[in-house]
Amino acid sequence: MSRIGTATSTRFAPVRAYFRRHRSLGIVVGVLFIGVALPLITHIPPFDGIQSTNAWVNAFTTAAIYAMLAMGLNIVIGFAGLLDLGYAAFFALGGYTYAFVAAPYTGVHLPFWPMLLAGGVVGAIFGILLGAPTLRLRGDYLAIVTLGFGEIVPITLMNSDKFTNGVNGISGIDKPNIPGIVQFTLINPWPMYALVVALLTIIMIMIFRLQDSRLGRTWDAIREDELAAESSGVNIVIAKLQAFAVGASIAGIVGVVNAAKLTIVTPDQFRFSVSISVLAAVVLGGMGNTIGVATGAFIIYLFQNILLKQINTLVENFNIPVLSHIDFLQFQYVLYGIVLVLMMLKRPQGVFPASRRKREFEPLKIEKRGAK
Amino acid sequence: MSAAKGGPMLKARGVTRKFGGLVAVNSVDFEIPRGSISAIIGPNGAGKTTFFNVIAGIYAPTSGTIELDGEPLISPPTGSGREPILLVLPTIPFIGLAIYFMLAVGGNTGLVEGVASVAIALLGFVGALLLNIVRPAWYNRLIKRIGVTRPARPNDMVVAGLARTFQNIRLYKSLTTLENILIGMHVHMHGTFFGALFKTRQVREEEAAAEQRARELLAFVDLARMENELAKNLPYGKQRLLEIARAIASRPKLLLLDEPAAGMNPKETEEMTALIRRIRDELGITVLLIEHDMRVVMGISDHITVLDHGEKIAEGLPKEIRTNPKVIEAYLGRGAAAGH
Repeated sequence: MSRIGTATSTRFAPVRAYFRRHRSLGIVVGVLFIGVALPLITHIPPFDGIQSTNAWVNAFTTAAIYAMLAMGLNIVIGFAGLLDLGYAAFFALGGYTYAFVAAPYTGVHLPFWPMLLAGGVVGAIFGILLGAPTLRLRGDYLAIVTLGFGEIVPITLMNSDKFTNGVNGISGIDKPNIPGIVQFTLINPWPMYALVVALLTIIMIMIFRLQDSRLGRTWDAIREDELAAESSGVNIVIAKLQAFAVGASIAGIVGVVNAAKLTIVTPDQFRFSVSISVLAAVVLGGMGNTIGVATGAFIIYLFQNILLKQINTLVENFNIPVLSHIDFLQFQYVLYGIVLVLMMLKRPQGVFPASRRKREFEPLKIEKRGAK
Repeated sequence: MSAAKGGPMLKARGVTRKFGGLVAVNSVDFEIPRGSISAIIGPNGAGKTTFFNVIAGIYAPTSGTIELDGEPLISPPTGSGREPILLVLPTIPFIGLAIYFMLAVGGNTGLVEGVASVAIALLGFVGALLLNIVRPAWYNRLIKRIGVTRPARPNDMVVAGLARTFQNIRLYKSLTTLENILIGMHVHMHGTFFGALFKTRQVREEEAAAEQRARELLAFVDLARMENELAKNLPYGKQRLLEIARAIASRPKLLLLDEPAAGMNPKETEEMTALIRRIRDELGITVLLIEHDMRVVMGISDHITVLDHGEKIAEGLPKEIRTNPKVIEAYLGRGAAAGH
């Protein structure tokens, strides 16, 4: 696509060219490489002192879950240009879907694997239900409606305690199992890690494929100019609903995984802060760039859960007068705020901008050559 | 696109469009001969753009009908009262079932089934409501059969074979020229969601063919070497060309051009005129344009329609229009017409 970056490194050009042709394979290799490298890195000095490898792997698993959420939200925001502030709702619905059919609370115990798909379907249905009434809205108005939806879902789950066990949530959710091969337990984080890495790979491949398809182009079109899109024959209603449905179905699938990982769902897990942190990840990573937003989510999660915790223990250990009374974990929202403001001011295209956005913000040096 | 059918390409009958009390277009009869280049002209505020937007499906007409290539394309909405029936229809058997379970079976045995039936009925209702909003092509055909016509949307027009450009260029600015064209080809591609997901052979072949054709179209408007440029980085004149190429990409029968030569220098105008001719001659597309530049209009049009105050005041060949006293009066005022 982009002709600009090609001259920078000629040494890896054949490798790059190969993976450009076989992108799915490239994603598999890349994610696998990172998936293996990350646990290895935690054995290296500065990291091994912070927490055990198992705890690290657990943190990586949750970070990868956030990365998948960010990729899903990126479809709605980055591809189709529809600002969605209630994304955590679909995450919640996926989680509760699995909790209803795989916990002692209801007494039903369905297997995990088909429920992954069911979570996606439930997410998609609610995505369409949210999408349908908001079709005429754009920008701020859409944001407010989605924000409302994001609040309605956890509050409904909390208040209808006859069905959802209220604030206590549903606990004792079944872990996934591959009989005879792997037993998923709370103590051993590795099977879950492998599952999440595999799922992340699959979702990433599918998103890349969708982005390049006829459907992905309709999202580009409605993001750029709705009237022009209609005049190109795009049914913008269908395109928008598809964006909502695909984004929400990813959140639904991830919600199932998350519920199985934590073995508990409570309404509190899905408050507004989740939507905002995923949004922050999308903005940080660079709207429209799937790999970028996944990385952004990974970084944000690890930052808030490892670094802030570290600062906490550090100031406590040294017993610094004022600082030791501050809980730095509470600072994560300040952090989001700072990140969002700084990004918008200094680098609106994100840390890892989509190749297209990168060109948008570049000075127009290619124009001359193109003109004649 | 050879003349399989006879008759005019576009036929408008009594098209009226009111905005509140203002009659923007008043009962205009209008025909575009097949394979012609036609123009609508008129002083500012004459209702040209409104008429154009009615044809393009952006405004529904208040009254009147428009036929494209013999097919009724646009008419004022009718029979809207019948559509709610479609919403209720799928829920009826389930509601009946629910009542049966609750009454006939009785007691607790019927309750679960009853609730389930109501839930299914609700789902059916939501599904029908969604169809109503989404309006896929087959749904449009279905409601037409029971006598409901809805205001057509611009995307329905494109499917019917009508493409347009805009007065103030509306490209997908931060997409490349090639991608702009590919979106223009949307209606002729059939890749589905799952096809894209699993990258089926059909989808891969279709994508390759589409890219090939998009390159040809870029070459047709002389943008061949710019397929990777962002649309907004193109010079103004090239942006106009790209927009036309995007419109042609949907393989229209009729191409609507809204002031194609606006803001162009004489050389660019000349190129544009030549391009419009080539579109008609080489691609066999009938062209309708709105234009202020009289040199363009008089130079390429086979057929000119003059609107003033929402009404058609003249139509005919360029040389007839040029000497028509009504037209001169509309443009220059009564005195000028008398002195001519």
